[in-house]
Formats: sequence, C-alpha cells, structure tokens
Amino acid sequence: MSDTENSTSDTGSWFLSTARERLAGLLDPGSFTEFLQPTERVVSPHLALFDLPAAFDDGVVIGRGRLEGREVLVAAQEGQFMGGTFAEVSGAKLVGLLRAARADAKLPRTVLLLLDSGGVRLQEANAGELAVAEVMRAVVEARAAGVTVVALVGGRAGAFGGAGLTAATCSRIVLSEQGRTGVTGPEVIETNKGVEEFDSRDKALVWSVTGGRSRRLIGGADAYADDTVAGFRKTALILMERAPAFDLATLQAEQARLAARAQRFGACESAAQMWKALAIPDAQSVRNMDDEAFTALVAGVGGADHDAR
Amino acid sequence: MTLAEMLAGLFPAGHDVVTRPDHLILGTGRRANGSSVEVIGIADGEALGIAGVLPLSARVLDVVAVGGSAPILVLVDTQGQLMSRRDEMLGLNEYLAHLTKCLLLASHGGHPTIGLNYGKAVAGAFLATALATDILVALPDASPAVMDLPSMARVTKLPIERLTELSKTTPVFSPGLASMVAVGAVAEVWDPAKPLADQLEATLAAVPTRDMRDELGAERGGRRLAADIALRVARQASGVHHA
Repeated sequence: MSDTENSTSDTGSWFLSTARERLAGLLDPGSFTEFLQPTERVVSPHLALFDLPAAFDDGVVIGRGRLEGREVLVAAQEGQFMGGTFAEVSGAKLVGLLRAARADAKLPRTVLLLLDSGGVRLQEANAGELAVAEVMRAVVEARAAGVTVVALVGGRAGAFGGAGLTAATCSRIVLSEQGRTGVTGPEVIETNKGVEEFDSRDKALVWSVTGGRSRRLIGGADAYADDTVAGFRKTALILMERAPAFDLATLQAEQARLAARAQRFGACESAAQMWKALAIPDAQSVRNMDDEAFTALVAGVGGADHDAR
Repeated sequence: MTLAEMLAGLFPAGHDVVTRPDHLILGTGRRANGSSVEVIGIADGEALGIAGVLPLSARVLDVVAVGGSAPILVLVDTQGQLMSRRDEMLGLNEYLAHLTKCLLLASHGGHPTIGLNYGKAVAGAFLATALATDILVALPDASPAVMDLPSMARVTKLPIERLTELSKTTPVFSPGLASMVAVGAVAEVWDPAKPLADQLEATLAAVPTRDMRDELGAERGGRRLAADIALRVARQASGVHHA
C-alpha cells in the first residue's frame, strides 16, 4: 500500500468502505498480517445447501498490525457479505483471535473489533448463535486477562442482534452517526409487533432510536467518530488508552448506570424527549448540527462518559 | 412438569425460590450437603426486556459481592428479547450484554453457573441467560431456537417447505433441542423420570473450566469446523510476533 492510497482512504467514508478497505486505512501502511488468509480457502460448508455463494474469508478478516506504531490485533466483519453475520466459520475466526489474545501474553494487549453485522446468519443460525456466545465469553476472558477490546461500529449493517450484544461486551464502543446498534432491527419489530410499534420506513425515527448520536448522548457509546477512516483511527487511539477493568466494581457501576438510565428515560416516548430530559435546549437541532458541534454538546451532557462497561 | 414440581425435584432439602408476578424467578435452594445454590430465571415464556434484566443482574452481582463459591442456577423459559421500540431506544443491547457479563463475572470469580432450559429459549434472551453459563442442560420438552422456521423463511426468502425439509438433516440451522445438542450448545438432556437433584449434582461435578462448546459440537458432528478453526487462528496468531 502506498502513502498516497493511505491519505486518500483517510478521508474516505467508513460507512461506504469494505472491511479490507477499513483495515488498510486504519492500520499503519504495510503493517497488517492476516491470519487464515483467503488463500487458505476456509469457507462456509453450509451456504451451498441454500444455493448461496461462499466467500474465501467468510466475511471476516482477522490479523494483527500497528495503529500509529502501537501493536494491535484486529478483526473486521464484511457487512456486504451475508450482512456481516456470525456463522460457523466467521464466528470461529473471531473466537480464535480473542482466545489467542487471552492465552498468549506476547500478543498485542489491544483487540479492535470492526463490527458490521446484522447478527446471526440464519442459514447457520445455531452455529452463529453459539459463535456469538463464545465470542462474548472470549471477550470477557480476554478483558479479565488485561486485554482491551474496542468495538468500532459505523458500517452499513450496523451492529444488531448478537453483534449489538458483542459491542456492549467490549471495553469500549466507538460509533459514528451512521453506526446504528441495537438488538432487534426496526424491520423485525415492525413485522412482529406492527407498524404502530415501529415504522421501519420512517428513516428519521429509525435514526433517532438506533443511531450513533442517540447512543452517544445516553452513554451507549463511549466515543463518537466522524464517518472517516481517520476519524475512527483517532478515536480508537484515544479509547485504547483508558479502558475499564473487567471486575465487580465495573459491573456494579454498570448496573447503577443502566438502572439510572431506565429510571431517567423510562417514560420517554421518543429520542427528542430523552434529549429534553438531558436538558438539551433544542432537541430537534441534534439531528442537524455538525460533528464538531455534536461533540461539544456531548461534553456538556452528564452521564455520556463513564467507565461502567 | 410444572415449575413448582421442578423446583421441588431440584431441591428436596428445601428452597425459597419464588416466581414473581413479573415472571422472574429468584431465590436460593438447598443441596443435600447443606450448601446453597443461588437461583435466577425467567418463567412462563416471558420476553426479556430492560425491566427483567435489572433484578436478575443485580442478584448475580450480590452473589459475587458476598463471595464464596455458591453455584448459580439459571432457569430459562423465555420467548426471546422484548421487541419494543422503547427498550431498543434505551439500549437493550447493553442491558442484555450486562446480564451476560454478570454471569461470566460470577463464573470467573468461582461461582459455577448452570443453565437449565425447561421451556423456550430464543435469540438475544437465550444469549443473555442460558448461553452465558458454564454448562447448559435441558429438559426433554425444552425448545431452544434462534428463530422459528416461518420467520426464517420470511427473512431468507426461502419457501417454508424447503426449509422444513432441510431442517430434518441440518442441525446447524434447524430450531429445537436436538439441534442445540448436536452443535454443542446443550451439554446434556436430563431425564425427568429420574431425581432432578441427583442430575443437578452430577452436572455440578461436571462444570467445565473453559468453553468447550465448539469441541462438543465437533464430537457430535453438528458443528464440525468451529473448534479446529479457532485453534488454527490461535496457532497462526502466536506464530507471528512481528508483523
């Protein structure tokens, strides 16, 4: 990779990039070593049953590299292959990387998870669900061993279902404005509970419920990145420096934080009402302000910054 | 078997486990040797939302704070995570992950955790409860699933007939207990005709100290690749110390 390519990808949209483009832009030029490379052709054995094409990386790229000179392990989900879903192979790659981080103290003490996933791949639903459970356990065990795990979310598929739970298991979460996260996606809620519960075609509503700005304002994300590779790199570097320990005190603090949020915003019907409850004078303007103004707004809101995760 | 019968069978020496009006199960059971098992759970297939998570996670954290090595038994009958715009807006993913982390903290801190699926166990609520334990067992009429076949047909845009046909031979995606056993999610199916207390003791004696679910899936043939791939990744990672 040349320096020219790197500087171009710096300003490139994270949302529109592929998993490999994100890694190429995020890591120092030439520093990336991939594990289980596509040439090893470790593919899903299950997709053919459904007449679906396989990918030589099964939609997950893993390896190690450097971020501004700092050694990191990385994993990136490809949201444009099967929605970045957790499946037997793609999940096991994440599990293997996280278990290695825990078991081998010579490996980098930071793992960056570039999540871009709608959750579990339904064609391999049980293997995918179990992979999520194994990933969450491996994240926790790595954290308990002193590894910092940072989730970066800003791709087309967001981080839903098992990916939403995985993100919230990490030491830190970085979200961009497009970085939607949650458990059940709006379309599924609409299908199951009706359009009056959640109108998935109402883009402004979907954005206000699941989007990066809402999450950041109530403490559901620890940092807000603008939608560029450079933005995510800068934010990841800051968060890597100050990760909470995985221990009883942290989880007691998270219990208190989540209970307080439920109490404070439990009666709110909309994101605008939540923002009013945060004493944001003009809730509607949250949507329109630029990233810089939003970052300043977050700085003035209590509770968005915490070590309770 | 009713929940009351199940609890009586699990703890013939006595228990104070109650099912609250909000369908959460909380209490303590006594083992034959006089020591305690802390019990949490969800009853009646209730969906797990923010309101349900907080009392369960608080209880687990209390058990950890008290110390000791009392096991935690997680009884699971839930149709899945609550599907609600409000709970999503409040960050349900953080709440479910919090419960998972609390259970994993407990097991890390010396409290063996056992999941017992005796009814439904679906999707995100499955992850936050049954699949967050050291070992998961089930009763024969349990029905764990990621998603039911009609919903799966809708999302994958495949005819339900084809999915039904495929599900007969493909544990990797088909809903139900037999599939979850084959992929390694459920370690063992208990026999309701035999004393549950004895089976609980046997399971307590068999709690693994590391995550062996992928190895179990490989042994049973329902998930042949995962364990080997995770090992290969770890070997490659540790073999390359200079990028």
